[in-house]
Amino acid sequence: MIFAAILAGGIGSRMGGTDTPKQFLPLGDRPVIIHTIEKFVINNKIDKIIVLTPQNFINHTIHLIDEYIGDNTNVIVIEGGETRNDTLMNSINYIDENFGIDDDSIIITHDSVRPFVTHRIIEDNIEAAKKYGACDTVVPATDTIVESGDGIKISNIPVRSNYYQGQTPQSFNINKLSSLINSLTDDETNILTDACKIFTLKGEDVYLVGGEVTNIKITYPYDLKLANTILEDNHD
Amino acid sequence: MINIVYRLKSPKFFEESIDEIELEGVVVRPTYLSICQADQRYYQGSRPAEILDKKLPMALIHEGIGEVIFDSEGNFESGDKVVMIPNTPLEEDVCRANYSYKSKFRGSGFDGFTSDLIKLESDRVVKIPENFNLHVSAFIELITVAYQGIAKFEEISVTPKDVLGVWGDGNLGFITTLLLKEKFPKSKVIIFGKHQDNLDLFSFADEIYRIHDVPEGLVVDHGFECVGSSASQSAIDQMINLINPQGTINLFGVSEYPIPINTRFVLEKGLTLQGNSRSEREDFVGVVEMLSKNPKLFDYLEKLITNTCEINSLDDLKEAFDKDYISKFGKTILKWNK
Repeated sequence: MIFAAILAGGIGSRMGGTDTPKQFLPLGDRPVIIHTIEKFVINNKIDKIIVLTPQNFINHTIHLIDEYIGDNTNVIVIEGGETRNDTLMNSINYIDENFGIDDDSIIITHDSVRPFVTHRIIEDNIEAAKKYGACDTVVPATDTIVESGDGIKISNIPVRSNYYQGQTPQSFNINKLSSLINSLTDDETNILTDACKIFTLKGEDVYLVGGEVTNIKITYPYDLKLANTILEDNHD
Repeated sequence: MINIVYRLKSPKFFEESIDEIELEGVVVRPTYLSICQADQRYYQGSRPAEILDKKLPMALIHEGIGEVIFDSEGNFESGDKVVMIPNTPLEEDVCRANYSYKSKFRGSGFDGFTSDLIKLESDRVVKIPENFNLHVSAFIELITVAYQGIAKFEEISVTPKDVLGVWGDGNLGFITTLLLKEKFPKSKVIIFGKHQDNLDLFSFADEIYRIHDVPEGLVVDHGFECVGSSASQSAIDQMINLINPQGTINLFGVSEYPIPINTRFVLEKGLTLQGNSRSEREDFVGVVEMLSKNPKLFDYLEKLITNTCEINSLDDLKEAFDKDYISKFGKTILKWNK
């Protein structure tokens, strides 16, 4: 089976000026998270879509889905975890308990605050996860990357063409992902905030899927303003 | 739902844009597209400046196929391969919808097919069989233009159809000649062209002539002009001279310039001039049926493909347009991975 996990566990500490997590703020005529879920709902290769939110936003999310997407038994809302990895494990445990996991099961994990993800990116993720077991969506780095160990002086300027910016989705063979997460030490768990990094740390290959410059993450108030402006511009 | 559209912002410059589509009707993921000369005129900036100002930014391409990913009405299964109809009627009219001012056309009046997803009304897609050649299917729309022109010709022609002449050795001339042979197997179909290299590919035509080397006394019953641009003037003139009285001249070629026509001979011979542009649903259904019944047509039509380009980025799209522009003949097919 193919599962999608929409990670909406964050409380948006960087958003500022609002108590509502950024994924629930309006983008055009509907909340950001609804735009994101719609991209997965129309892909009929995906069997179940699990939306992971803070506990106190579960009912709110269910109501939003009812209002904008309608009755859809393939979309399930459950509680996320404290960290990204906890959230991911919650989705895997839910899948295991309710649907079972076999060696072909894959999960597409996606930030709820990336509503501009394309159908093509999702399709490429499905294909790469099936074929290779793990993939990450990236775009080539456009700015020069500068490394500084002390935050005062440059220690290194790596060759830009070797660098990419990570986006989501990140997609995995579920059995492979859960066995790697379970093998982490406590120290590793604390530093490994990115699921792909778990793979690379354990010597497992992660393949690249081409992202899009439009697949932006709505992190700061500026991003949301920009996203709304782009949408409004199109309606002129 | 949010959709990403790749629009021509100004000549030779594409950009990503964000659009919204309603989840009503059919949503198609484009797979194989084909560049038309009309797209090329926008890309090169050869349309008049006021037209470019009015129409851009706009997604180009109106020839293409795709796969259904969603259908709110359940007429299509997810994964069905379909050809997309670019003409989009907004209301009923007394004329065919492809000539109606109440219709919009993709890649001309609104966005064409270069996007992540395309939302269409259910009657704007026609299912194609699984075994169709996908590269050729990408330009079914162009085939439908010839198809509908020939269907209209059949309705208006009153004199015999023993000898049919096609002027123009480009893509549309090739398709029109092939379809005339298919539709009227007993007629003699003659191709008149300028480029020997191109004419050599018209092996299915009964006779082939270079326009400067037409035998004395040759006449045709009806003519099909597939030349376009300023060169259509000399083509139409030759047609008027060679055509039998009460014949029809079927015009297909697009010109940016007004073309002078020898009306004296048109009057004297009682000729009928019929314009042809675009096509409608019945033409798509007809072409899909014709190709299903006679798959060997794919072998001929495949000869038209001169470039196949994988499109993974906007730079790839630009490169494909540049490649198409320098190709003297044939179609450029875009395998749409963007």
